[in-house]
Amino acid sequence: MIRSLCLFLIVPALVLRPQAPSPAQGGSGDEILRRVDRNMFSENKIVVSRMIIHGERETRSVEAKSWQRGTSEAFTEFLAPAREKGTKMLKLNDMLWTYFPSTDRTILISGQMLRQSVMGSDLSYEDMMEDPHLPHLYSATVVSADTLIGRECWVLDLKATKEDIAYDARRLWVDKARSVILKETLYAKSGRLLKTMDVREVMRVQNRWLAKSILYKDVLKEGEGTQFVVDSVVLDAKIPDYLFSKAALRR
Amino acid sequence: MIRFLLKGLLRDRSRSLLPVLIVAAGVMLTVFLQAWLNGAISNLVQSTARYTTGHGRVMTRAYAQEADQIPNDLALLGIDTLVTGLRRTFPDLLWTPRIKFGGLLDVPDEKGETRAQAPVSGMGVDLLSADSPEWKVLNMQSALVRGHLPRTQGDMLLADELAERLRVRPGQTVTLIGSTMYGSMAVANFTVAGTVRFGIAAMDRAAVLADLSDIQQALDMNDGAGEILGFFPDDIYHDERANQVTAEFNARQSSSSDRFAPIMGTLRNESGLADYFDIVGVYSAVIVGVFLLAMSIVLWNAGLTGSLRRYGEIGVRLAIGEEKGHVYRSMIAESLMIGFGGSVLGTAIGLAFAYYLQIVGIDVASMMKNSTMLFTDVIRAQVTPFTYVIGFLPGMLATFLGTAISGIGIYKRQTSQLFKELET
Repeated sequence: MIRSLCLFLIVPALVLRPQAPSPAQGGSGDEILRRVDRNMFSENKIVVSRMIIHGERETRSVEAKSWQRGTSEAFTEFLAPAREKGTKMLKLNDMLWTYFPSTDRTILISGQMLRQSVMGSDLSYEDMMEDPHLPHLYSATVVSADTLIGRECWVLDLKATKEDIAYDARRLWVDKARSVILKETLYAKSGRLLKTMDVREVMRVQNRWLAKSILYKDVLKEGEGTQFVVDSVVLDAKIPDYLFSKAALRR
Repeated sequence: MIRFLLKGLLRDRSRSLLPVLIVAAGVMLTVFLQAWLNGAISNLVQSTARYTTGHGRVMTRAYAQEADQIPNDLALLGIDTLVTGLRRTFPDLLWTPRIKFGGLLDVPDEKGETRAQAPVSGMGVDLLSADSPEWKVLNMQSALVRGHLPRTQGDMLLADELAERLRVRPGQTVTLIGSTMYGSMAVANFTVAGTVRFGIAAMDRAAVLADLSDIQQALDMNDGAGEILGFFPDDIYHDERANQVTAEFNARQSSSSDRFAPIMGTLRNESGLADYFDIVGVYSAVIVGVFLLAMSIVLWNAGLTGSLRRYGEIGVRLAIGEEKGHVYRSMIAESLMIGFGGSVLGTAIGLAFAYYLQIVGIDVASMMKNSTMLFTDVIRAQVTPFTYVIGFLPGMLATFLGTAISGIGIYKRQTSQLFKELET
């Protein structure tokens, strides 16, 4: 879930839901997951968002604008604070480049660097690089029903079907009617809880449901988590091709 | 009496030569090993103080708990005020802030693309202030191999070995990729001013040095530093004073429950060297003890052999009325003379070896290639005033014990049997 929600490169995944899906009267875990997945994506989107990072010593806010085409191409430009302004990131398939205007250098993020936090938030570059289609990576089973922020939810347990992915298991709380994920917990292979995600607010955009405010928490990290707030979303927007090239980083 | 005994020893070499040589050999080894161990531990202490802990170190409480991991997110903030306060309150130490950090050093090609990259272990130190103690502490002038020392902001020094590996020359631009104290990716350009070699494998593999203000800016640590180090001006660690300063400083902070409040530690405790100090103390005692025991046994045997050879002489002395106690004491006095002579000889030879290795040293670079300990590549002995006297303890005591044990036989001689023995 984190991968798909992953902020600046990949638009919040909770977002997208087709109009009036039949209210999921159960079905298998995999079916529910596929519904969530179908709801999550539109071909193109432009998102303006904020990350409010509640660190142990201070709270910082990072603003960015992202252009996304499909799930494999994304371009992000940071707008604030001043120290980060003008920093750009480009994701093309499984490659991630970052451009830093202060050094005029474009750095390929790879290896151990992928585990580093994005702008000091509770999310890592690795989270951003994962395939956002959950059904490609996990098999799901329904374990129970629950109520979250006043919404009826299915609770799904996801188990990885592939090796070498960041989270071996996940638990999702999926809004029964809206097919929106409202909560998620992510686990390592050892069973250790690594991250949590809680949706605080949802909104409806172009007949889809969007998570407007989400709190991410890396449980291995001090601080009170990172609040991700979507300020605006344009779905199916027209995005010029040149944005998805390394040359665009220096423009 | 002493002159009489001395003449006897000098004229009868079989009584003195072997014991003196045995004592000299043992004493020589004791003296040399003491100087060598002293040199090795001093090396470790000095290097650890210079590059890691200082003689005293101030950190936040949270940082101190994980200091090995260099958690800059837990660094001290407001260091200007803190350093000023430390300099005013404890002026007998030189206080200087440092930032340690890890990261990648990226070398671009002509197009700005990555040509080479290597992990580095860096230090931000005060290199540009006129009164900075770092120049002396880090021995910067003699460490310089190529180029020049930092003169302006944006200058960086690279370990010469690292520069060779990355094929970087002074004047080139490199990019440091690290992590800010808030966890963001930090990327900053530096100009390679020069290359350095500290003679410590752990440093020379991957060290980079830049001015503190540059690293503060790069790592978003405005007015912050991981550590503030204190050094005694004579470069010698004074444990008692360091403990006093630490106790006084910490007492002022004890009321605070803030985990970012500063706390001070001493070299002995911060570096984990307390165990080394204790181990070296034990080893020194063991070495002296072992030589003492071995030499005592050898000299006891030598004494027994001597007693057998001097069986007749002792018999005559007893027969003409010399008291057993007097004979025993005179033999003890002889042994102390032998012990003294052997100790002087052994100490002289041991000191000669120790002084030689104090100047020349032994190059252990090949053994330290993968070491993470702050040992210099050349380990030297270190002669201290104690080295001059340490050999006298085992030297004198061993001959004394050897003779004291073997001489007990004197008291077993029966006066009534003496003439009978002498007739045979």
